[in-house]
Amino acid sequence: MWDYSEKVREHFFNPRNAGLLDGANGIGDVGSIKCGDALRLMLKVDPDSEKIVDASFQTFGCGSAIASSSALTEIIKGMTLDEALKVSNQDIADYLDGLPPEKMHCSVMGREALQAAVANYRGEVWKDDHEEGALICKCFAIDAVLIEEVVRANSLTTVEQVAHFTKAGGGCASCHEGIEEILAKVSKEACTAPTAATKPLPPATPAAAPKLTNFQRIRKIEETVEAIRPMLQRDHGDIEIVEIDGKNIYVNLKGACVGCMMEAATLNGIQTKLVEALGEFVRLLPAAMLGKAA
Amino acid sequence: MMSDAPIYLDNNATTACDPAVVSAMLPFFTEQFGNPSSMHSFGNKVGFALKEARAKVQALLGAEHDSEIVFTSCGTESDSTAILSALKAQPERNQIITTAVEHPAILTLCEYLEKEGYAITRLGVDKRGRLDMDEYRAALGPRTAIVSAMWANNESGTIFPVEQMAELAHAAGAQFHTDAVQAVGKIAIDLKKTKIDMLSLSGHKLHAPKGVGVLYLRRGTRYRPLLRGGHQERGRRAGTENAASIVGLGVACEQAMQHMAYENTEVKRLRDRLEAGILAAVPRCFPTGDVTNRLPNTSNIAFEFIEGEAILLLLNKAGIAASSGSACTSGSLEPSHVMRAMGIPYTAAHGTTRFSLSRYNTEAEIDRVIAAVPPIIAQLRKLSPYWGEKGPAENPEADFAPAYA
Repeated sequence: MWDYSEKVREHFFNPRNAGLLDGANGIGDVGSIKCGDALRLMLKVDPDSEKIVDASFQTFGCGSAIASSSALTEIIKGMTLDEALKVSNQDIADYLDGLPPEKMHCSVMGREALQAAVANYRGEVWKDDHEEGALICKCFAIDAVLIEEVVRANSLTTVEQVAHFTKAGGGCASCHEGIEEILAKVSKEACTAPTAATKPLPPATPAAAPKLTNFQRIRKIEETVEAIRPMLQRDHGDIEIVEIDGKNIYVNLKGACVGCMMEAATLNGIQTKLVEALGEFVRLLPAAMLGKAA
Repeated sequence: MMSDAPIYLDNNATTACDPAVVSAMLPFFTEQFGNPSSMHSFGNKVGFALKEARAKVQALLGAEHDSEIVFTSCGTESDSTAILSALKAQPERNQIITTAVEHPAILTLCEYLEKEGYAITRLGVDKRGRLDMDEYRAALGPRTAIVSAMWANNESGTIFPVEQMAELAHAAGAQFHTDAVQAVGKIAIDLKKTKIDMLSLSGHKLHAPKGVGVLYLRRGTRYRPLLRGGHQERGRRAGTENAASIVGLGVACEQAMQHMAYENTEVKRLRDRLEAGILAAVPRCFPTGDVTNRLPNTSNIAFEFIEGEAILLLLNKAGIAASSGSACTSGSLEPSHVMRAMGIPYTAAHGTTRFSLSRYNTEAEIDRVIAAVPPIIAQLRKLSPYWGEKGPAENPEADFAPAYA
């Protein structure tokens, strides 16, 4: 059972201004496709003063959708249209002494209905630009669409950054797996560096190739890495070869590649290219491993 | 005079513990506290009680051997154990076949396994919630590790032909698991006559306490445990036994056996009375699922043009406990995946209300519900933009076509 405030219950059990409104001259019909809730807001506006003299609603929705609609009509009655347009979804939620995070979209729907009704009165067409995604962070009511937008816009790479930018994940922390999945998805799309297949299995016995001299071999490694560098640089990263010791090749990842969630995948991808080019098995290791790897 | 005591019609969610179950459990919180693995007499007595409980579960399921009963902590644990075991034991097979209407205990696990690289086939259902057996036959192949299909659906009560499905799975060399959490105790089951390899049940759905479940594991089925550790449950599920709850589950199974006929006659009659009463009094509503082949205790009614959570809140105010397939009751923002799989339109799926009875419900209660529901539906429809002064708008979907976000 939802933890609804007394005020929400009261507005649900005894909704104000429910039903059709005679003489309505501004009507807003909106719905949330995800949730399936829908709301028709009817306004009677005095043309001289642009004051809302009466308002009513019809709602297809849950308890908090009905309560939010009821609260909205109470808030805006007597306001001018311009004053009413300043009412935010948070104002509706506050009027009801708060809504559970999963239910905040009910108040958003109320605000959208208001914008639509005012547009209808003014002979304008209202367009909805708000997309709603699956709820990720329940503590702060942040959905997947918003997180993904912010991650993309700011090139975020860690859960901590997401929490700083959106608050998502900053509470109980149980949604961190969901946030990591979004980060991985965006990072995978953005990264043009070669990445290995999900389970990279280097060939146990590489196809026999003509034996290279040491000099030829080093040049081949260099050429292969040089060919990959522009891809990394496009993502504001880079790579440099530090040392070649038998089958171990030590490199430094630089710039945006450092600490990128795809770092391991990037190394794996480059390693696969090197194995192909050289026709022998090599390992690509971070320079930090120099002297430590067998 | 009419009583106003609360009426519980949400038995597919959970059930009240049978008083006989509670009294059988009590000694195991006090003097019978021993660990069944111990050598001394404290443990020995508990061990004996577990053996007795195992035999009672065996009897209800019609299992051939009592060692085929593995006690777990819940239905979800049994489901996870079954599917993960089949994948571990048959690494050469990487496909799981399941249905679109399973419980999240199966579907969420399968989504996760899909990310891990396994191939998941989700069989669809028709408008009545029935599977297409040809689609199933076509999906089975040499890479199928396991088929997992529920015996009965928790929302609509629709029963799947799991015995036949198990035969087909075996013919393809795959294991067959059924989540029978809703079926056990409500319909007769005789596993020894079937090819079902694994079955999950949950205690609290049949008047035993929460926190105890069973995985039925047919003798000879290749198996890998989920929990490894001590030798409990013959090494197939390590962890000290939840002795009191297992004893309670044993008594609940015994009681379910005794009440099986009652469940399928009297409880069924009350369910039918409730459904017919509501359908006769309320316009624009219909029962969902396969009404000719469903659990005897379940009725799921879709009320068009209103939303389920609002219905539940008003029912609750009238002292009636039911549940809904509406998005808003789950917090998921999506209406029930079961209703969507059956192709029920949004405007009806959101208004689905499930009444699930038990042997404790009375005719007087059912009559009170039949009287209480119509005014609640009428009250909410008055608020609905899809509903006019006297009935549904002429063409509701066209008349009210909101801008959807």
